[in-house]
Amino acid sequence: MTTNGASTRRLRLHRYRRGDLEPHIEEHDVPADEDTTVLAALRWIQLHRDPTLGLRHSCFHASCGTCGVRVNGRERLACVTKLSEHQGTVTVDPMANMPVLHDVVVDMQPFFARFPDQHPIVRASELLPNADTVDGIDEHERFEDCIECGLCLSACPVAATDATYLGPAALAYAQRLLEEPRGPDREALLDWADQDNAAWRCHAAFECTEACPSDVRPAQRIMALRRELRRRTQQGREVPEPANEEARS
Amino acid sequence: MTRGSPPHVLIVGGGGTGGALAHDLALRGVRVTLVERGEFTSGTTGRHHGLLHSGARYAVNDAESAVECIEENTLLRRIAPGSFEENDGLFVGVTDDDMAYLPGFLEGCEATGIPTQVLQPSEALRLEPMLTPDLKIAVRVPDATMDAMRMPMRFFATAKANGADLLNWVDVADLELAGGTVSGARVRDLVTGRTTRIGADLVVNATGPWSEQVASMAGVDVPIRPSPGVMLAVRGRLTNMVINRLHASGDGDIVVPQRALSVVGTSSWVVEDPDDLGVPADHVQRMIDEGSILVPAIRGAAFRAAWSAARPLIGSRDDADSGRELSRTFKTIDHAVDDGVEGFVTITGGKGTTLRGMAEVCADVVCRKLGIDAPCSTRETVLLPHAAAYAA
Repeated sequence: MTTNGASTRRLRLHRYRRGDLEPHIEEHDVPADEDTTVLAALRWIQLHRDPTLGLRHSCFHASCGTCGVRVNGRERLACVTKLSEHQGTVTVDPMANMPVLHDVVVDMQPFFARFPDQHPIVRASELLPNADTVDGIDEHERFEDCIECGLCLSACPVAATDATYLGPAALAYAQRLLEEPRGPDREALLDWADQDNAAWRCHAAFECTEACPSDVRPAQRIMALRRELRRRTQQGREVPEPANEEARS
Repeated sequence: MTRGSPPHVLIVGGGGTGGALAHDLALRGVRVTLVERGEFTSGTTGRHHGLLHSGARYAVNDAESAVECIEENTLLRRIAPGSFEENDGLFVGVTDDDMAYLPGFLEGCEATGIPTQVLQPSEALRLEPMLTPDLKIAVRVPDATMDAMRMPMRFFATAKANGADLLNWVDVADLELAGGTVSGARVRDLVTGRTTRIGADLVVNATGPWSEQVASMAGVDVPIRPSPGVMLAVRGRLTNMVINRLHASGDGDIVVPQRALSVVGTSSWVVEDPDDLGVPADHVQRMIDEGSILVPAIRGAAFRAAWSAARPLIGSRDDADSGRELSRTFKTIDHAVDDGVEGFVTITGGKGTTLRGMAEVCADVVCRKLGIDAPCSTRETVLLPHAAAYAA
């Protein structure tokens, strides 16, 4: 944390440890300047006030997706959210729609359990404007935009009322696989997306796209997935199974 | 140890080194428990800029590190397919001094087995239009971008599938030392608040820049200097390849593109407490100033994040002040040999690229001490996807 122009900001934290009857609220004053991030402030509390504060983080630059929390009720990555974006006391809560492990940390297991089986992390890259492909590399690859932070699932109003809903990250992921097939079983993926708790369950609130810190646009991808499913249904009608024709005649 | 049951190793530290060691030992049939006080990779591993080193950075001054890097670079692509943006790297010369560095650089790469391709400015600019038009030469090497968290997580995922007990949110309160032997640790589970004991036939300290702190719990000293560096991420993938400055190591001399970001690194200084690093504003400015010598668009690019990570550099406090002169290679310390303390091994130093190799050397020492003769098989074992680390 830089110290120029330092003043003090108040954080209001959700504290919970397994075995507690219910969570409680705890407030801390933290030295901060205009660049201090929510993650830096939480780390300061951990270092100077309470080493038992549960905090999930890894990369500090919005690439790993581990530090998702709710800041004043909105889904944010703590590492790229500045305290100075908010007025007054800043409230930090764990993400919603996933079980709280402790303090502001949720258990990500149910999040990852929603994904379709095949789960690669690299995609063919868009080429940079004016750049040629490097000799010896047929196609650039780069990591998926999705950093699996869970913020979209936390923000999703459907997931809040239906724990079985597969949710935006997993559905957007399936659409990514269809858009750029790398050998997945297309029909199996579409069957997966056609389940009751999948693409059709979305209410199109677009909260996931609003929450996404990595420009995945999950809601738009769910809509694209629905178009794929409709296309498949229509194609099914246009090309009837020969067996059915025989049955009718 | 019960007769017939495998020996139990407790690994302290859930960074890349600890994860790779858990994987290696699990494959050799050792019973493994790993404890990490936060999320896995949260200390240093996950914070690094994500360069899969070709070794070229070390080819002139640190041939040992260069050879380690190119070997592991080749091997990791094989065992962790899909965890790298296989984008290669350029070493870009912009000044006469840089040009003077070129012959020794090419010789060093040749001597350490790092393939190079010299590109004239027009060719380099054709491949990377955002490079400085002032470049005099570029040398292509097999650098790559890795996902600094997800690549190491594949070692955790595979170790877990092979039976290792990997416990995050568990902090070591103290090591148990009796009669000159470490026999386990007293640990505090941060999720439940409970303190318990984990007994072990051997404890490995794999805590990187924290390894001096953990070693002191066993009354021994580890010559480690926590040496942080500042990194800056800007929005926009300004290059496809990793862009390095063609010179002896310095501040702000690398741009690692990743996803839709460009990461500029790094600086180097030395601290006492690896938990309390700070992000000095003048270092961030230096990343902008030096990085834009290589890729001018960095100066106008939108800020995304600035942060620090502590390297675990080997060297005593009497050594160089900046950390730059310390070796980037790693060291396994058997404290029975060095300090007369049995049942305690430290693995430290090194870098993300060499995590598997570090684990192999350390696991060899651990297995020798425990009388296990199973060979290392991590060179041939393709790792599970990172998401398997979160499986129930």
